[in-house]
Amino acid sequence: MCGVCGCGSDAQGPKVALPSEKGHDHHHHEHTHGHDHHHHGHDHHHDHGHHHHHGHDHSHDHGRQAVVELEQNILHRNQLLAERNRGYFAAKNMLAINLVSSPGSGKTSVLERTLREMKDRTDFYVIEGDQQTFNDADRIDAVGVPVVQVNTGQGCHLESDMVQQALQKLKPRDGSLLFIENVGNLVCPAMFDLGENYRVVIISTTEGDDKPIKYPDMFHSAQLCLINKIDLLPYVNFEVEKAMDYARRVNPHIEFLEVSATNGEGMDAWYAWLEARQTENS
Amino acid sequence: MHEMSIALGVVDIAEKAFRESGASRIESITLQIGALAGVQLESLYFVWPSAVAGTALEGADRIIESTDGQAVCLECEQPFALKHHFDACPHCNSYFKNIIAGKELNVKSMAFIMDESPQPAPSNN
Repeated sequence: MCGVCGCGSDAQGPKVALPSEKGHDHHHHEHTHGHDHHHHGHDHHHDHGHHHHHGHDHSHDHGRQAVVELEQNILHRNQLLAERNRGYFAAKNMLAINLVSSPGSGKTSVLERTLREMKDRTDFYVIEGDQQTFNDADRIDAVGVPVVQVNTGQGCHLESDMVQQALQKLKPRDGSLLFIENVGNLVCPAMFDLGENYRVVIISTTEGDDKPIKYPDMFHSAQLCLINKIDLLPYVNFEVEKAMDYARRVNPHIEFLEVSATNGEGMDAWYAWLEARQTENS
Repeated sequence: MHEMSIALGVVDIAEKAFRESGASRIESITLQIGALAGVQLESLYFVWPSAVAGTALEGADRIIESTDGQAVCLECEQPFALKHHFDACPHCNSYFKNIIAGKELNVKSMAFIMDESPQPAPSNN
């Protein structure tokens, strides 16, 4: 089902394609849903524990009522497929890294440099997530690394089924390293497990150093934080220690590496981190 | 706006449970959403009608139980309530904590109406 509008057609859902397939475009048809009522219910607030919000008016009961306790996670389906991806990575002895950040922090630039400088040592594969365009896949393609672009349309994050479809196109080799570049967004991707081994959040010195407490979910769920554009520190109002302190408040276990994808500063430490994770994994 | 995905996840679970129940309709669905689950309730309310349109959940009562954040400090081992991921322990000011409640994102229960269909016409005999 389409995660954007709820319609059932695959043609209207996210598009997963190799760079060679990018001409095959599908249209996302506009359609309206057959009702326009939105009932705002009244909220009952209690002083403790939990609150009940009733969304709709109670309907009148005629039949016999049966209550079923489900206790099922709402993102159950995404999690099941994420576990399947995780099993796939484990069976193929692969390391999968989910790269998350806000737009413009330099995810693709970090990736380009990493691939250029490490590709002789490791087999890499890349899944690029963006709402629109093949621009990022083209950049990775130019480095000579197999890449699949996932265009999520209006969707704001990758989900585990998109990664699964991308893997079917990529057919990665055993022992390889997969980068999943998520949609640039510090909010939504935090909630969706893709089956990755590690989640790496990138912030850059051109952003506010309070990003970690403004967008805590993302920093809570990441294992490593890359602080990019470190070469620009003399020109920007960004305090590295403050950003680290904020991130540790959200996630005391998070690690940090300061890098510059532009001049290469700190990148060797990042490569060493990746190689250490690969060694642990194999 | 990941709330659409959340709402579609609810529809997915509800339709499956509805099919298995053999009920004639869904009366209500109760969701458990923690304060630290990363869900904006207003956004969820906004997308809800589009997500449930034409599904078994259309017209069903939506009940949301929001649970407050609770953590246990890893330094002084005291439990405390938290509103944000980054709240420090009020007893010792440490940020090292285990969040034990508030991340819930569940379909808790559903109420079905089992036999609402019109009664069969009385037989002539």
